[in-house]
Amino acid sequence: MKGYTVMKARTMGRHLRESLKSLGRNSWMTFASVSAVTVTLLLVGVFIVIMMNLNQLADNLENDVEIKVITEPAADAEAIKILEKQVRETPGVSEVIHATKDEELDKMIKSFGDELNLYKQSNPLGDAFYVKAKDPHQTAEIAKEIGTYDNTDQVVYGEGKIEKLFNVLKMSRNIGMGLILALLFTAMFLISNTIRLTIVARGREIEIMKLVGATNSFVRIPFILEGVWLGVLGSIIPMAVISISYYELYSQWEPRLQNELFQLLSTTPFILQVNGLLLFMGVFIGVWGSFMSVRKFLRV
Amino acid sequence: MIVMKDVYKKYPNGVVAANGINVEIGRGEFVYVVGPSGAGKSTFIKMMYREEAPTKGDIFINGINLATLRNKRVPYLRRQIGVVFQDFKLLPKLNVYENVAFALEVIEESPKQIRKKVNDVLALVGLTQKARMFPNELSGGEQQRVSIARSIVNVPKVVIADEPTGNLDPETSWEIMKIFEQINARGTTIVMATHNKEIVNTIRHRVIVVDGGMITRDEYEGVYGYES
Repeated sequence: MKGYTVMKARTMGRHLRESLKSLGRNSWMTFASVSAVTVTLLLVGVFIVIMMNLNQLADNLENDVEIKVITEPAADAEAIKILEKQVRETPGVSEVIHATKDEELDKMIKSFGDELNLYKQSNPLGDAFYVKAKDPHQTAEIAKEIGTYDNTDQVVYGEGKIEKLFNVLKMSRNIGMGLILALLFTAMFLISNTIRLTIVARGREIEIMKLVGATNSFVRIPFILEGVWLGVLGSIIPMAVISISYYELYSQWEPRLQNELFQLLSTTPFILQVNGLLLFMGVFIGVWGSFMSVRKFLRV
Repeated sequence: MIVMKDVYKKYPNGVVAANGINVEIGRGEFVYVVGPSGAGKSTFIKMMYREEAPTKGDIFINGINLATLRNKRVPYLRRQIGVVFQDFKLLPKLNVYENVAFALEVIEESPKQIRKKVNDVLALVGLTQKARMFPNELSGGEQQRVSIARSIVNVPKVVIADEPTGNLDPETSWEIMKIFEQINARGTTIVMATHNKEIVNTIRHRVIVVDGGMITRDEYEGVYGYES
């Protein structure tokens, strides 16, 4: 049948014109929905930027977690060698660095001062192994395992701290997600209302279109497109604001954070990804919002 | 052309608007549908262009069974049917030419075809001179002619008219009837619901009386008078 041929360019042009005309016709509702999308996406954008950077911090911290195994000061070289072998062979261990008791003392002297030089005569410390886990989440298990070996005096790692950080991250992520969902819903609601007004305003036109045999998609497409415009228009300001601010923030702070554990994600491709995501969300809200109205008020 | 077999229609609110309708309307026929208000006349008409689907029974238009027609296919059915209403249903912001062309644009006809068809049909209803005028600049009769032009511009096999003279004075009604006669003379089937006794009794055609959701009388060269 004729109607199933690929949509003609002329038809597409007509749909585009119609959808843009409606935006102007309902200018106040257009403004309201675009603002809602703008505010929503601004918050989403800021949230994403913060979350992604915090995630990266968490990753860095995670990778930085190590287990410090201190040997019995009395253990002799042979015993230490056996222990080292045992530690290296513990499942899940990726890396072991051996520091002798003298090296450990030097480190202490460096941090606490020359008074500790006294101890050079008879070093009370044991040797130390710095152990890294392949999977940072296994740190606790590995530490426990190593603690059971002979000649270990103490096994320490950042107990609890990492977990706490993760919990805080998770909680803020959930709160942020909840907030964003509420905002997304509001934006969609406003868009669907705008589209509804358009549908009502064009009620007679739609009625005639249906009577003379316009296909359902022909009737629907202008409204879906209108939703797309609302979403795209709403995402322009957030994309610009977030890009500029992040570039600014990055160029200001990056040099100062050179040797810190916390690093800002570099601007490319991060900003592009964030912008892509914002645009996608804008279009998604728009399409979904208009879809709800079209389904409800346009029984085609 | 149009066949209804044991058609039964019950609305969700419980009203039974068609209670076993059987009718056959041949190609090129001109049929008046008369009957008191609320007797099922509108439903009878609406089921023909699938504005309403029957609850039970079959309706064939040009061989297509509307009872089993998928919603997706309804637009293609409508392209074979012209519909005219009492209130014209014109778009106030479009002029005469555009109102008629609209019907072809939305079914994605080519611009060349649209120009040709619209000019032809405007000549047929005698509105060539008024093609650039807007509906609010026209008389009721002229507006109805625009609406008729729109209904036949795609050369449908059937034209369904629901009280097309309901809003018009007697003289204008005759003009409109003349146009319907012309369309019918070209071989188009016409089904017209009307309350206009004078027209039915003067321009004689088949008369179907619908009352209580049933066809109570069906006469060729019939007269109005369903009261009797």
